[in-house]
Amino acid sequence: MFADWPLLSLVIWVPILGGLLVLATGGDKNAPEARMLSLVVAVVTFLLSIPLYTDFQTNTASMQFVELHPWIEAFKVNYHLGVDGISMPLILLTTFMTVLVIIAGWNVIQFKAAQYMAAFLIMAGLMNGVFAALDAALFYVFWEALLIPMFIVIGVWGGPRRVYATIKFFLYTFFGSVFMLIALLYLFFETGSFSILEFHKLPIGLDVQKLIFLAFLVAFAVKIPMWPVHTWLPDAHVEAPTGGSVILAAIMLKLGAYGFLRFSLPITPDASHVFDGLMITLSLIAVVYIGFVALVQQDMKKLIAYSSISHMGFVTLGFFIIWTIHENTGSYNGAVMGIQGAMVQMISHGFISGAMFLCVGVMYDRMHSRMIKDYGGVVNTMPTFAAFMVLFAMANAGLPGTSGFVGEFMVILSAFKANFWIAFLAATTLIVGAAYTLWMVKRVIFGEISNDAVKVLKDINGREFFFLSVLAITVLFFGLYPAPLLEVMDASVHNLVQHVTTSKLK
Amino acid sequence: MNFPLPNFLPALPEIFLLIMACVVLLVDLFQTERSRGVTYILAMASLLGVFALIAMSFSDTRITTFSDTYVRDPMADVLKMGIAIAAMVTFLYAKDYLREHDMFKGEFYILGLFGVLGMMILVSAHNFLTIYLGLELLSLCMYAMVAMQRDSATASEAAMKYFILGAIASGMLLYGMSILYGVTGTLDLALINERLPGVQDKILLSFGMVFLIVGVAFKLGAVPFHMWVPDVYHGAPTAVTLFIAAAPKLAAFAMLMRLLVDGMASLHTEWQDILILLAIASMALGNIVAIAQNNLKRLLAYSAISHVGFLLLGVLTGTHEGYAASMFYVLVYVLMTLGAFGMIILMSRQGFEADRLEDFKGLNERSPWFAFIMLILMFSMAGVPPFLGFWAKLAVLKALVASTGLIWLAIVAVIFSIIGAFYYLRVIKMMYFDKSEDASDIVASSDMRVVLSANGLLVLGLGLYPGLLLTFCLATIAIP
Repeated sequence: MFADWPLLSLVIWVPILGGLLVLATGGDKNAPEARMLSLVVAVVTFLLSIPLYTDFQTNTASMQFVELHPWIEAFKVNYHLGVDGISMPLILLTTFMTVLVIIAGWNVIQFKAAQYMAAFLIMAGLMNGVFAALDAALFYVFWEALLIPMFIVIGVWGGPRRVYATIKFFLYTFFGSVFMLIALLYLFFETGSFSILEFHKLPIGLDVQKLIFLAFLVAFAVKIPMWPVHTWLPDAHVEAPTGGSVILAAIMLKLGAYGFLRFSLPITPDASHVFDGLMITLSLIAVVYIGFVALVQQDMKKLIAYSSISHMGFVTLGFFIIWTIHENTGSYNGAVMGIQGAMVQMISHGFISGAMFLCVGVMYDRMHSRMIKDYGGVVNTMPTFAAFMVLFAMANAGLPGTSGFVGEFMVILSAFKANFWIAFLAATTLIVGAAYTLWMVKRVIFGEISNDAVKVLKDINGREFFFLSVLAITVLFFGLYPAPLLEVMDASVHNLVQHVTTSKLK
Repeated sequence: MNFPLPNFLPALPEIFLLIMACVVLLVDLFQTERSRGVTYILAMASLLGVFALIAMSFSDTRITTFSDTYVRDPMADVLKMGIAIAAMVTFLYAKDYLREHDMFKGEFYILGLFGVLGMMILVSAHNFLTIYLGLELLSLCMYAMVAMQRDSATASEAAMKYFILGAIASGMLLYGMSILYGVTGTLDLALINERLPGVQDKILLSFGMVFLIVGVAFKLGAVPFHMWVPDVYHGAPTAVTLFIAAAPKLAAFAMLMRLLVDGMASLHTEWQDILILLAIASMALGNIVAIAQNNLKRLLAYSAISHVGFLLLGVLTGTHEGYAASMFYVLVYVLMTLGAFGMIILMSRQGFEADRLEDFKGLNERSPWFAFIMLILMFSMAGVPPFLGFWAKLAVLKALVASTGLIWLAIVAVIFSIIGAFYYLRVIKMMYFDKSEDASDIVASSDMRVVLSANGLLVLGLGLYPGLLLTFCLATIAIP
């Protein structure tokens, strides 16, 4: 029944227009209506995104649910949307997390609640737009427009250093993306269109490929973020309100990784191959070094932020080991597993990091502190919450049976086919990751009740129980049965690996 | 002796405006302070008439008249319509401000109308003499307008600076013209362009060209001829700043196009280098110095300088695409500037200029709607999609990337855009993240509210669908 519906347009524009409608409810005296309306919009958007999964053809790598209309004819820019197995799961992740974020901010946000909710709805639409856009100019518009609501969210509802954090966030990402714009314009000049699929086919000489790769790298590395351009992320996370942190970690970081898969790898495969050593090194630095940095953090949000950078290192590692695997084994299978593992890691990190930030948010709402030293023995007063927190911490550490394990395991496994030492270094994260997460849990959750504030803590209410249990179920489900996820991306990833390992030099 | 009557029709809008300006002048003599609304309405009606006259007789070819000293082409028509609209919006925004600041005098409108006439002549000028005529008519009106608040020391100082520097620039321009007249023997731009390749004395030619460019750069406010811009923007009453900042940019763009493209297209390689220097210097200085400003009018002045730098980038490519991109850019810029100064006027009250950045603190609490409008305008100026300013920047960058060997310039331009984003973000920070010191409501007449809202929403709306205006600009420039 959904065959004729412009589903992608709907998942982009329903939340954006819904967000504007929420804005129109006005001041804080209408906050209950604003909250209700935003929940309805978020749920409708999520429901609209479900047919993207159910009607998805898993046996083809070509774009599906395609919409193509001329938009700006003077520039040959089209309103061109479509998804494949790589982008579709990310859209579902976005619509799913948005519902949770709206619920999580329900009573917590009292100041300008309508604007808060509207910002998240608009962001959801824009992120869906980034994942669905097949026209480079359209992609860029969504990509950049996304900065505006996030800038406002961190700046208005953030912590004490919010202004510094949000301006840093904005300028860092803006800095990255303008170089991408020049690269896109060059590609437009070469192909005569802004179609990303045309860009994929364009043969380019190696020197130019290198420059384009670097331009893309600046944009995507900042967004992921990769070491050494990661410094905006801990600041932004620490200062952002809980919802902002969740969206930032769960989805925005994925935009950068998605950019690699949609732009860098297919458009400049030879340059990616040339630079793969560099990229693997940077990824391993993120995995190992940032892991150790996370170990010494005093602030829970900062710790999770560094752990995010470290986990995203796995994602980029999975992307860039494919040439080595391909050369070593001569077959695509290992490489496919690397990218699939990275994709699973992206999705699962979306759930887990979102859940971790929500857990910190739950505690922060009660104690107004994120410092580890202010807690201790929370399990005595909040047993249900402690159970969730421990589960998500285990997932973050990559415990088998949770979704965190699947992605990391696949990437490490395929890394063994590339090089033992790469795999060895990557695998240290299983130890370091467990160390920083579980040590935090030990200090915060377990032990004696450390102070009077902890003594009077109340356990989670029904609303909090709801969103934490939904996430818990998801994390366990994909940990035990990742097949649905692997199935939808299989054809697209195969096609991508084949495309990327074929030279497109002139 | 047979004296053929020239074809007056192409200049009908200007003739109409001249008559109307005189009518306004006469009618205003008989108005008291209370009935001055009549002057305002008449002035608006004249501009509307000009707009209608141009729109009705929109020419899709190039017509010259008055012995080829005057040209009417689609570019001229579009720019003149833009000027008429910009002047109307200026008058509308200015009305309350003038009342509150005891400046609601007929002179503002009369000088304004004559200024518009000067701009229109400048846009249509096709001869050194007409260029100079239009330029001086425009400049003299603006000098007088800046000085209108004669008891204000800053305004008088600004007017003096403006006048002296403007006079020097006019002198430079005239000197350049006289040299070019010396080497080519004509004042007609088309003839000059034809005769340039045959000129033996290349040094003299470049010499004249440099002086011409200095004159235009002064009018545009490009570095290093920008010194007047911040002082005049800051010192003049906001209503006058609005007038100076918006419509004359369109005229200055036309002047640049007429002199360099119509008059000296064959010297493209020579003037390209000069414009590259001017553009980079303008973007660098404008964007960097704007960061240090605490006065919004000064900030917008430096932002204007940086935008001029960007504007020059399109022209210097020497391609139709580049010219169209620049024209698009200048139209978009004028639209955004009108809105930004409109916001300053909106915030100001009796005896109080809301031109410090602090005055915008907590605007989101006082008026979420106008904070949103200002947010649109600031992000648009910074070049963040989906707003119109982004497409303007994109058009220019695209033209640069399409010209061989200018990609580096596109990279320089985007780097300065990043630097520039910072101070626009600062304005937004003030409005959204800071607490308000002043809880009073925003008082403004309903027509001002409606037009200012429309102005802001247009920047968003056209940003979502920029195709129409772009196609229009491309089509206008393509006609020789």
